[in-house]
Amino acid sequence: MGAALSSETLRIDCAAEVERITRWMVDAVAQQLHKRGVIIALSGGVDSSVCGALAAKAFGPKKVFGLLLPEHDSSAASEDLGGQVARQLGIEHTTERIGATLQAIGCYRWRDDAIRVLFPEYNDLWKSKIAISGGAQGGLNFFKLVVQSPEGQISEKRLPIREYLQIVSATSFKQRIRKTVEYFHADRLNYAVIGTPNRLEYDQGFFVKNGDGAADIKPIAHLYKTQVYALARHLELPEAVCNAMPTTDTYSMAQGQDEFYFALPYHQMDVALWAHNHQVPVADLAAALGIGEDQARFIYSDIESKRRATHYLHARPVLVEPVFEVGA
Amino acid sequence: MSDIKSQVRTYIVDNFIMGSTGSQFKDGDSFMEKHIIDSTGFLELVTYLEETYNFVVADEEMVPENLDSLNAIDAYVSRKKAA
Repeated sequence: MGAALSSETLRIDCAAEVERITRWMVDAVAQQLHKRGVIIALSGGVDSSVCGALAAKAFGPKKVFGLLLPEHDSSAASEDLGGQVARQLGIEHTTERIGATLQAIGCYRWRDDAIRVLFPEYNDLWKSKIAISGGAQGGLNFFKLVVQSPEGQISEKRLPIREYLQIVSATSFKQRIRKTVEYFHADRLNYAVIGTPNRLEYDQGFFVKNGDGAADIKPIAHLYKTQVYALARHLELPEAVCNAMPTTDTYSMAQGQDEFYFALPYHQMDVALWAHNHQVPVADLAAALGIGEDQARFIYSDIESKRRATHYLHARPVLVEPVFEVGA
Repeated sequence: MSDIKSQVRTYIVDNFIMGSTGSQFKDGDSFMEKHIIDSTGFLELVTYLEETYNFVVADEEMVPENLDSLNAIDAYVSRKKAA
């Protein structure tokens, strides 16, 4: 028998949760990791802002070092907001512009070469993004490349596998270079690195292995996105953070996370994932979201499909046999 | 066995199973349920079918009913070739 869905389903006691997480953070960093503080990369989004605020509360602002890591395609508004959060928290922070590094390593060139296979006229004046399709309608997931010409005309084509993989792996340089910078500062200061995935991202594999997926502690991986927003308001983060829609801030065209990866907007996806985790019948999910039972069934199936496809992102390197002496 | 089934089976065995143990499958088995092909794998399979049989898989045809077993692929590709 499944649990019941209601407006209270995802409600949490924010004060108690902040207390629980901050105590855990101190114990984890001091006793398990033996580090002296934490690094937080601030994107201006709600997840990293909440993690930064939790860290400042847990360790005190002097033991938290913030990083702003803009590149050519991230928005100036994100950078401004990240800086605003850092100042509000009173933490030391610096800006490392990673665009030149990404340029040198070939991130933009590899990506644009793949885009030009589909749209030969594409150049630096154009914008692009990737959009997911299929899974929420009962089909197999596939991806479309959407481009916008300098005149504003939008075109889209389904991405063949080679171009899809090349674009995604090229853009993954962004998360991996960011993480390289984070670990430089972590090693320099003898600090631990905070990973900022919420439960939706963590469960559904919406992260880059050895990129934003790499971290020493992940303080909000158990919280649904709705709950992260609740904590943001409780922690009195800037209005722009508390009201920001989740974006990837990775592609040059504006792109919501639901458009790129998830089947539904986050507040509905939260309910669907919770319902799936608590064996809520398809009919009840459909009624709660105001959708048909077929679509609710497709969403459950899509959740399972994404878990299977991204299982390896969570996996440690596979060994022929355990090496018990180091607990591996 | 039809030529299509035989060719696609060889492709799947060579590229997805690669000689690993425990991944035998029958013509009617679901690739998803048997964990033989994941979502990225289906995109690879679609490209293989398009390049091998020289047709375009339409967006609305990217559904398990057309692609999730050897029997389904055989029927789907046969329909596309006849169209």
